[in-house]
Amino acid sequence: MPTVIVDYDSGNLHSALKAFQRMAVETGDGEVAVSSDPDSIAKASRVVLPGVGAFGSCREGLENRDGLLEALAHSVRIRGVPFLGICVGMQLLADMGREHGDTPGFGWIPGEVVPINPRGSRFKIPHMGWNELAIERTHPVFDGIISGDHAFFVHSYRFDSKCPESVLASTFHGEAIAAAVGAGNIVGTQFHPEKSQHLGLRLIENFLRWTP
Amino acid sequence: MLKIRIIPCLDVKDGRVVKGVNFVDLVDAGDPVEAAKEYDRAGADELCFLDINATHENRGITYDLVRRTAEQCFMPLTVGGGVRSSGDVRALLKAGADKVSFNSAAVANPETVAEAANLFGSQCIVAAIDAKAARPGRWEIFTHGGRRSTGIEAVGFAKLMEKKGVGEILLTSMDSDGTRNGFDLELTRKVADSVSIPVVASGGVGNLDHLVEGVSKGGASAVLAASIFHFGEYSIREAKDYMALAGIPVRQQ
Repeated sequence: MPTVIVDYDSGNLHSALKAFQRMAVETGDGEVAVSSDPDSIAKASRVVLPGVGAFGSCREGLENRDGLLEALAHSVRIRGVPFLGICVGMQLLADMGREHGDTPGFGWIPGEVVPINPRGSRFKIPHMGWNELAIERTHPVFDGIISGDHAFFVHSYRFDSKCPESVLASTFHGEAIAAAVGAGNIVGTQFHPEKSQHLGLRLIENFLRWTP
Repeated sequence: MLKIRIIPCLDVKDGRVVKGVNFVDLVDAGDPVEAAKEYDRAGADELCFLDINATHENRGITYDLVRRTAEQCFMPLTVGGGVRSSGDVRALLKAGADKVSFNSAAVANPETVAEAANLFGSQCIVAAIDAKAARPGRWEIFTHGGRRSTGIEAVGFAKLMEKKGVGEILLTSMDSDGTRNGFDLELTRKVADSVSIPVVASGGVGNLDHLVEGVSKGGASAVLAASIFHFGEYSIREAKDYMALAGIPVRQQ
């Protein structure tokens, strides 16, 4: 069964697909597919959930596809396959999103998604560009990636974790921001690995090799 | 700490780089994909494609170009030129663009920008503002590749764009563009201080001091340049080393 990148019309999956395909060749992991088909997602060997735009519209996009949320939950929660959420795909792991009103998340990692509130006016919002990671916890998906390495971020909201041990990496933009969270077979990155050159490709490779 | 971005910009016409890119090891200097790969390897922070004769007919070429570039470059890609509607944005995002910039259409109808920002998220909508000094302290917007004056005051327009939901402003000084005398620092500063979204300074870079000034004096979050990189006068690495020495935070590999 392939690695499935979940397609729910949330922006551009093309570069994500290409990045995963390239690294799947390296790892011998085989096929990577983009799909919105619940059946494919329920049977996937690994699941990637991208997401751009607003928390609420991403959630709505998932809900609008019959059986998709159930298929995701089946793969990730029951079968326990490795899961990677990217950007809003990571934020959806939280209990609640506070962007344009409250929208429930999956509740898979305790926390909520709140506006970045930098101390000092020199911090522009969105937090857009390359920022340094501080690795908070060793994790197979961050193998070979060290504190001080740069990843590409673009977001205005952050994952406020209610469970500090779930924060795998952080960054700073006027306040501390969770750059990656994880629990069990689930990881999420606030940054875009598919846009983070070497670091991103390394993380994708690690994810494809990961056996939680 | 968030780093200042260095963004090479490729002017593209009918799927080919105009003005040319003069890298030593490029097989085809006019192929934007080759140039993009080279910049990816060199550690550029983002790449910008400007479709300078965007018409309905050649749109297919642009989509194909964006697709082929996105396949090979794992860095953010902004595409602009002739973007008129949310439909255009959708097609470019689908092709692999990460950000899409509105120019003339944003001036003609700011609601177009609001609609796109709403649909696709602020993070992928850029307002490209071309401004020219009308008198000291006042800049006005020009559209249609700088050929048409609108009389609209630029700083106020930048604020309007922020309100309409764009995530970034790409600010080009029509007075400086092509001069190699540096950015219009006063304009850049005014706009950067007036909005809370990032401002990309563009137009007029002739040397590495200009890049430094765009940030230290202009307050830009990113600096865009074309010819100094394309013709191999400076490499991305040289630019970053120079900026780092001047105390500007940049991503070095």
